[in-house]
Amino acid sequence: MRMFMKLKRLLKIKILIIFILTYFSFNNTAISSSFYEEQTINITKNLRCLICQGQTIHESNSDFAESMKKYIKGELENGKTNDEVFSSLTKKYGQWIVYDPGISRNTLLLWSLPLLLFLIGGVIIAKKIFRKI
Amino acid sequence: MGDNNIFTDFRVQTLVEEKTINFEKFLSGKNFYLINIWSSWCEPCRDESDKLLELKNDTTIMMIGINYKDKKKNALNFLKLYGNPFEEIFVDKQGTISINFGAYGVPETFLINNDNKVLKKYIGPLNDEDVYEIKKITKN
Repeated sequence: MRMFMKLKRLLKIKILIIFILTYFSFNNTAISSSFYEEQTINITKNLRCLICQGQTIHESNSDFAESMKKYIKGELENGKTNDEVFSSLTKKYGQWIVYDPGISRNTLLLWSLPLLLFLIGGVIIAKKIFRKI
Repeated sequence: MGDNNIFTDFRVQTLVEEKTINFEKFLSGKNFYLINIWSSWCEPCRDESDKLLELKNDTTIMMIGINYKDKKKNALNFLKLYGNPFEEIFVDKQGTISINFGAYGVPETFLINNDNKVLKKYIGPLNDEDVYEIKKITKN
C-alpha cells in the first residue's frame, strides 16, 4: 500500500513537471515569435515600399510588401541583426529603400549639408553685424 | 559577394518533383543563367512566353523559372498552354526568394554569368529588344 502511494506521488510530480515544461516551452515560443514580429515592424517602418506611393513596407499590403515582411522575419529568425537586414536590403534595392538612411560615406554630404548651410549663414550674418558695429 | 552579385546560397523546391535542393549547386555547367520570375495569374507573363521560348534555343544559357505565389496546378496548366522554356522551375510560395534576388514582382528577369554577377535585370515582360540584347551579350 505504501509502495502504491509512493508511486502515485511520483506520478503526480512527473505530471506537474511535464505541465510546467510544456507551459514554459509554449510561452517561450510565443515570446520569441512576438519579438521577431516586433523587430520586423520596427524595420519595415523604416523601409520604403518601392512599388507604392508614399507608403512604408509596414503600411502597405501590396504583394511586394507582404513578401518583404516575410523575408525580414525569416532573416531575423535565422539570427541576422537589424543592421545586417538593412545592409542586405540596401545591397539588393539601393539606399533609396531606406527612409532614414543613417550616416555612411554615401550619405555624409546629405547629413552634413544642413549644418554646413547653417554655419555659412551664421558667418554671413556675423560679418554683417560686425561690419555695422 | 559583390554589390552586383546575386545571392544564391539558399534552399529551393522544384515545381514538378517537389525536391528541395541548394540553388547555388544548381548553377553550374553554363556560361549564363536566365532567371525568370513568373506566375500563371500574371497577364504580362503570357506576353513574354514566346520571347523566353526563343531564348531557350541559346545553348550558352540555362533557363531557370521561379514560380511566384502560384498554385502548382495552375502553373503546370500555364506551361502546357504557353510552352515550357525552363530547364528547371523552382517554387516561391512566399515571395521571399524573389526578394532575395532583389526583385519587385512579376514578371522580372535576371541574366547572370557563372560568377553569379547580374549582367542585366529586366523589370516587366521581355520584348524583342531585350531578347536581342541578351543574345548579343551571350554571343560575346
